[in-house]
Order: sequence, then C-alpha cells, then structure tokens
Amino acid sequence: MMDWSWLIDGWIIAAGAGAAMACALPGTFLVLRKMSLMGDAISHAVLPGLAIAFLVTHSRGVLPMFLGAVIVGVFTAVGTQVITRYGKVESGAAMGVVFSILFALGLVLIVQAADHVDLDPGCVLYGNLSLIPLDAPEGGIPPAVINIGLALLLNIAFVCLFFKELKICSFDPQLATTLGINANLMHYLLMIVVAVTTVASFEAVGSILVIAMLIVPPATARLLSDRLGMTLILAVVIAAISAVLGHVVAFRGPVWIGLDPSVSIETAAMIAVMTGVIFFLTLLFAPRYGLVGRWYHRVKLALQIVREDMLGILYRWGERRPDEAFLKDDLMKAVGRGTLARVAFGSLQRRRAIENAGDNRIRLSTAGKDAATKLVRDHRLWEGYLATHFDLPLDHLHEPAERVEHYISDDLSQQLKEEMGDLGEDPHGRKIPD
Amino acid sequence: MTPSQTLPHDKVPQDAVHHDDDSPLSIHDMTVAYHRKPVLWDIDYAAPQGKLVGIVGPNGAGKSTLIKACLDLVPCASGSVRIYGKSYKEQRHMVGYVPQRESVDWDFPASALDVVVMGRYGQIPWCFPPGKKDKDAAQHALHQVGMGDYANRQISKLSGGQQQRVFLARALVQDARVYFMDEPFAGVDAATESAIVTLLRQLRERGRTVMVVHHDLQSVPEYFDEVLLLNMRIVASGPTASVFTEENLQKTYGGRLTLLSEAAEAIARNG
Repeated sequence: MMDWSWLIDGWIIAAGAGAAMACALPGTFLVLRKMSLMGDAISHAVLPGLAIAFLVTHSRGVLPMFLGAVIVGVFTAVGTQVITRYGKVESGAAMGVVFSILFALGLVLIVQAADHVDLDPGCVLYGNLSLIPLDAPEGGIPPAVINIGLALLLNIAFVCLFFKELKICSFDPQLATTLGINANLMHYLLMIVVAVTTVASFEAVGSILVIAMLIVPPATARLLSDRLGMTLILAVVIAAISAVLGHVVAFRGPVWIGLDPSVSIETAAMIAVMTGVIFFLTLLFAPRYGLVGRWYHRVKLALQIVREDMLGILYRWGERRPDEAFLKDDLMKAVGRGTLARVAFGSLQRRRAIENAGDNRIRLSTAGKDAATKLVRDHRLWEGYLATHFDLPLDHLHEPAERVEHYISDDLSQQLKEEMGDLGEDPHGRKIPD
Repeated sequence: MTPSQTLPHDKVPQDAVHHDDDSPLSIHDMTVAYHRKPVLWDIDYAAPQGKLVGIVGPNGAGKSTLIKACLDLVPCASGSVRIYGKSYKEQRHMVGYVPQRESVDWDFPASALDVVVMGRYGQIPWCFPPGKKDKDAAQHALHQVGMGDYANRQISKLSGGQQQRVFLARALVQDARVYFMDEPFAGVDAATESAIVTLLRQLRERGRTVMVVHHDLQSVPEYFDEVLLLNMRIVASGPTASVFTEENLQKTYGGRLTLLSEAAEAIARNG
C-alpha cells in the first residue's frame, strides 16, 4: 500500500464522488418512477454498445463510446416496452430478457475488442478506480475524471432545465401528455441520460456496481425528505459522502482491523458498500421514517397512556374517598406492573404530578389534579357523545372512551365541550368535572 | 341508435364529416380498440355547452376509454374528436383533466401545492419554472376546494377525499372550458362529495362544460343535467330527465349486445 497522496487519492475521490453524484440525479427519477431495475438493465446493456464502438473505431474515443451507449440504452428501453406489450410478460421479465442477452453479447464482443484496443475486459465490469490517476498527463486531469465531470455537469443541467417536466412526467404522465408535455419523450431522454452516465462511470465503478450508485443514494434520500428538490440534493450529498468514506475505508480499513497494510481493498466496491451502510443507518435512524424513531414514538405513546391511566385511577379514587391516599402497590398492579409502569411512575414523580402521602401511599398534587381533571372530563364527555349518537348499552361506553381519551387534543376537547354543552353528568351518572 | 351507423369501408370523405363547431366536444364515428379488440364502437356525440354531463355505464363499458380517446391518450381506430371545432392538439389549453385518483403514486415526494401547480405546467414554456403567479393561482384553487390549510402537506398524508380535492384544484388552475373527470366521486367522504358538487355547479355557472364518469346511479338525476349512457356504444344521451329512464338503464346494464361482443372477439382473434 502506498501512502496517502492528494495527487493520487484526490483524483480517485474526485472520480468516485463524481460518478456517484452523476448517477444519483437520474437515479432519483428511476427510484421515484418505480423503475429502478431499468437502471440495472441499461447499465448492463450498454456493454455491447461500447464493444461495437471499440471494434468499429479501434480506439477508446469518447464520442463513439457515448454514441454506442445511447443507441443501446434507447434500444433497451424500447425493447423492454415492446416485449412487455407483445410477449405478454411483466416488465421485470422483459428487462431480464433484453439486458441479459445484450450483456452476454457484450461480454463476447468485449473480449474481441480487447484484442484491438488497449482494454481490460475486467475493468469494464468492475471499474478500475485506483488506476485512473495513472492515466493523467503530467500535472493534468485524468481523462476519466473529465468524462465523469462532463456527465455530472450534463446531469445537473438536465435536472435543472427539465425539473418541471421530469416532475410531472414522473408523478402523472397522463396529465403531462394532455398538457402537451410529451411523457414518452421525457422517458427516453431519461433513459439516454442513464446510459450516458453509466458509460461515463464505468471506468470508475464498472458496469456492475453502477446500479448501487444509481439506486441506493436516492433511496436513502427518499427516507429523509418529502420534497423532490430536497430528495435530489440529499441524494447527491449522500453519494459524495459514500465516495469519500468508501475510499478512506478502502485505504485505511485494512490497518484499522489489524491487517497487513499491503492488503488492498477495491475502492469502487467499498463505495458501493458505503452507500449500503448509509442506507441502513438511515433506515434505522431517519427522523420520520426511521425504525428507531418510530419505535421511540411507540414507546413514548405507551408511556403516556400508562401515565394517564394512573392519573385517571387516582382521580376516580379521590372522587370516592377524598381523604384517603392510594396504595402505591395497588396503582402499580392496576396498570399491569412491569418496566413501563415503573418508568411511568417515576416520570409522574419527576413532573410532580403525584405526592408522597407516606406509608407507601400517594395522592395527586395540584398539577396532577389539573391534568387528571382534563382526562376524566374528556373521557366522560366522550361517553356522553357516544351515548347521544350511537344506540349503545351503558357497558359499551367505557372502553372506547378509555382508548380515545389519550388522543383528545385541546382543540378536539374544546369542540367536544361545545357540542355536548353543559352535560353535567356522564351516562353513568358521574359528574363531569369542569 | 345514432344516425351514422356506417361501416369503416363505407367511410364518408373526411371533408363531409359533420362536426358541430359550437359544441365543446363533438365526437364523430369514433371506434377505439385495445390490441385490435374494439372497446368502443361508432361513437357519435355532441356535448351541450355549459352543462354537467354524467357518463354512466357498467364496468368495462369503456367510460374511461372514452375520456382518454377524447384527450388523445389512447388512439382512435377510426373517427375524430373536435373540441370547439378543432382538434385536441390545437385546443389543449381549453381542456382540463382529472384522472382517477389511483392512477398516480401518492407517495411521490410533493406537497399538495406542488401537485396543484402542475395544472399550470401546460401554460409555462419548456424549461421554465413555475412563478409566483402560478403558485398564487394554485393556493387560490386549494382554497376553493376547502384545502387552503393543507398546501404544504405531503400528499401521502392526505385522506382519499383530500387527495381527490387536490386533483380538482389542479384542474381548476388549468382554467379550461371543457373538463373531463374520471370518477371524481369514487371512494370519497361526504364532505368531499358535497365540495365536488358545489364546485361542479360553480363551473357550470361560469359556462364550463364538465364530462364526469360516474358510478352511483342514485345521485345521477341530482348531480347532472345530461347523461351519456354507455356500454361499448352509446345507448342513449341527452337531458337527464328524458334519457335517464328505467328502460334505457335496462338497455345499458342488461348485458352487452351479444353480436357486438362476439365481433370484437373475432377481430381480436384474427387481427
């Protein structure tokens, strides 16, 4: 392993990050249109396009390469549609038919091309990020980085210019078409952009791993944002972070886990791994859609319900025996004991909603009484509401009210009070507190 | 049935085709086929100006197809459609469309306002973003459908009825003269239903013509001035009072014309 050198590692990161960012932009639309597999299909299918371009021109010229890719990319998109329509198979199968055959054809051709052109077939498949800086002319920019940079600029321009058209064609292609925005045309433009991007990226990450760049950062961004513009920006940022992390881990990783520093890890593969790591971390910790966040909200709600049940029990006890404090142990038993009960009890103590009455007994504090009053009022008003609007026997009222009382906001509580007027008593004849 | 019951090879020369140029929607001898199998036969129809028209018929009668053929979304095997005397391509600015609610993915990252602004996209040149004027119009339309407070709400967080109202607001900002609505009442709550009805009546007052695919037969006489009874062909059309009769409904819902279905099958088999 060599030492870190900005001249080399800088270019590696630039190429990796550039490719990942360029892929994230059209990739976002693939994900949103639920056609992620199309990215995979096109990235594989461009292989014969490349090979034919190599064979015909006997060079690795950029223009023939892109032309070959664009033609095969459009062919894949059209072929998939035609096969779906006439082959009576779903689009996944149609894509499988088109791209696996094209990919196989590409493999055959690329070996032939390798005889004529200075080309390593393996590099086309897996990329060769670490060798990119070596192609650089003295003090200049490596050609692969220029290609990737151009693709990135093209994609930024594409998304900015056609933001409105891409948005409506992704969300509602039928409306777009009736408005005169040709959704089919946008579809093929997007496919062309995907094809060009995968070709520009193949030297960096290869035609197999490019699917990770196309799909994973946008899927991650989607977990973090509910707006299209922000989703695109986040996808690009996540792509860049994955690339930087990927290279650093590939470079330093072996040392961190105590391996011989001469062990080398392929940066491109590590970038793809990093997009995956970031995705799973986001899936766990994203504020709104994250699993941890949702779990936290569930626990918080469960705690709140136990707390409010405790307040309700103490209030109703106080109604019947205003002078007698409640046994703590009875309270714990009433809410089912367990950790939740202990935590809820502790939380009520900290909020000073309950007071110690000595002798293992507790009672509501003034603040606790206020909170409990609101709960019981909502509960009894709700019973009254149910009794007015549903023809229910008395014993059917308590349980629904017991569930609903925890969800009645101040606003709803006010509405309930206005609608029910001064009821005085609930259907069971208990006083509704003010 | 309709007067021009011509077979395709007896077709009259195109310049002799009669279109009512004053009609918001005039359909002449239209046949629509999916994979060569005809689903709509010989449709002749002229919509009256400034009326609410219900398109009624059983499942598979071709109601949505009729709308889509008028909007150029599916090709006509024969015949032609005119909007105020010209082809759809020339008149698309005059036409508003409310697709079925299930036809889009409501998890798409957009706010209610974003979706409504899309109704203006046809009036903004390619590559230009919507401006403040467009957003104000969208906000106003949201107010009109009682959704003013939900402008920034993520669309997946809206109820089905609210989503439908967002779609209506989107059609409103198109400021069209003819509207096509595909089952706007499907699966909506009572509040949304009455909001839609109010809106339809406002549109009529402003001289708009609205074609609505409708499923609930009970409410047809209350909601619509005219009906178009459809079952692969037009069974009857005209003012609700005279056309929406027991006898016509029997004809519409009492099974297909056997020969029509068989001919369609034969064309699909041999085509």
